[in-house]
Amino acid sequence: MYEGIVQDLIDEFGRLPGIGPKSAQRIAFHILQTETFDTTRLAELLVDVKTKVRFCEICGNVTEEERCSICRDPRRSPATICVVEEAKDVQAIERTREFRGLYHVLGGAISPIDGIGPDDLRIRQLVQRLADDTVTEVIIATDPNLEGEATATYLSRMLSPFGLRVTRLASGLPVGGDLEYADEVTLGRAFEGRRVVSD
Amino acid sequence: MRVLHLSLTDFRNYESAEVTLARGPNLFVGRNGQGKTNLVESLGYLATLGSHRVSSDAALIRAGRDSAIVRARIESGDRELLAEVQINRSSPNRAQINRGAIKPRELPRYFSSILFAPEDLALVRGDPGGRRRFLDELLVARNPRLAGVLSDYDRVLRQRNTLLKSARASGLKGDKLSTLDIWDERLVTLGSEIIASREHLVELLRPEVRAAYRAVAGDDHAADLGSVLSIRGTVRDDDDPVEQPDAAVPAAEIQPVFQEALARVRRSELDRGVTLVGPHRDDLFLSLNGLPARGYASHGESWSFALALKLASAAVLRRDSSTGDPVIVLDDVFAELDRSRRERLADAVADYEQVLITAAVEEDVPERLAAHTVRISKGTIVDQVTGSDPEVVPEVSP
Repeated sequence: MYEGIVQDLIDEFGRLPGIGPKSAQRIAFHILQTETFDTTRLAELLVDVKTKVRFCEICGNVTEEERCSICRDPRRSPATICVVEEAKDVQAIERTREFRGLYHVLGGAISPIDGIGPDDLRIRQLVQRLADDTVTEVIIATDPNLEGEATATYLSRMLSPFGLRVTRLASGLPVGGDLEYADEVTLGRAFEGRRVVSD
Repeated sequence: MRVLHLSLTDFRNYESAEVTLARGPNLFVGRNGQGKTNLVESLGYLATLGSHRVSSDAALIRAGRDSAIVRARIESGDRELLAEVQINRSSPNRAQINRGAIKPRELPRYFSSILFAPEDLALVRGDPGGRRRFLDELLVARNPRLAGVLSDYDRVLRQRNTLLKSARASGLKGDKLSTLDIWDERLVTLGSEIIASREHLVELLRPEVRAAYRAVAGDDHAADLGSVLSIRGTVRDDDDPVEQPDAAVPAAEIQPVFQEALARVRRSELDRGVTLVGPHRDDLFLSLNGLPARGYASHGESWSFALALKLASAAVLRRDSSTGDPVIVLDDVFAELDRSRRERLADAVADYEQVLITAAVEEDVPERLAAHTVRISKGTIVDQVTGSDPEVVPEVSP
């Protein structure tokens, strides 16, 4: 145990996700011992990120404006909405440069164990976006785990009265991988989702 | 399949151990508490990633150490494999096959064994949980993919039970119930696959159990198996006595029957806050001459039945294996049996590729199983006697 501020700082870093006691101590001492370390800048950023950054009023993505850069971009097609769990999933899909539609960030997945039900997700806001006929397809891109699948099933049932196309991202073999090294679950899914190449 | 050589480092009471194993029977002798069971427990870990004695890995690591290593050279079909697992106290375990890293949970695909232990008596006399575990372990050994289905089912069950409890607490709001349907769907899909796989397994085991019981008990008391299926009817608790098995459900009808059962018990589920039907509430029904073994069978009959279940599972694994027989491990079992059962058990395992036996008293074990005897004292291999192969020099570890 260190004294006073040093231990307080280590404790605070240790509370962050993915940082254990050793890393917390290393970061704290790096800040203490490095002369060039710009603590003011870090402190300002920490304050700014909490005060300036907010969630896009349309899709729930992170932004510094009322609407995020994707929702403001006139080149994006408003006919397709891709539903994801977290804002970081938006970044993952953006990296593909394949998708030119808009997003909707739910803020998690249905998981009673974690106390998250449909009311705790941004599902009502999604339904509002479907009020007019602009949107023709909703792509559900929740995680391919139990909670993500449960959320996808819930959404697809919820959206079925709207008369639009609801699709789910495919799951299966990783590109560039070897078939023989795929685990059974993934391979099983790939079999279920196989496509006809020629009939 | 057989183990050619076993090396342990900081496993249980072994600082290090090197044991060369022979084809056929291998007998480990030593007084209680010297480390016989620890040796075979380490092989059990390779086959199941768990121990039959403790639920947490921490107890497997020698006191004061951070990790234990189990390394086994295995002859599997006509291939030789080096399987290794490092059990770590505070970080994830690591596993290798032929020096290449694999996911630890893939390890059981390379090595299969059937362990007989004094605890097996609970298969006949104990709670349904033990029998479900017996079936599920065998399912996974036959088809590793089912490990994922079983763990997903478990998670869905936890999610659904939490939801039922919170619905009860908040007074059954309509919105909460609409998400219950979502979990019902997962529960039925995954649960039906488990029920169907168990049913199929019970059919495979049935003739084997009857034959094995006859072989071990020396009389034909018509040992039989059946299923107790919670989706079939009345809600039972695990300690309610069961007098007869439920009629089997054809594979194609499991899902609709499951759904109906859920609809039927919904009210009581909401009252009690737990999932009342599904494979987690099922049981394997054991009977002798038409009477339930649990409650009616004598001590000796119960032992014969327990042995018959294990022999039958070995027979099933052997039948559809491409890599040879599972390794038979008899841990302190002979001390529990009378003379005639000892002899007949020795006969029943005689033609397996490799049999590992532990005993505190050498005389308990029929002599024909003592060809290769390893003596163990205080966590040290003191002496290896090999009748058939005089070339093997006794290895002594510090």
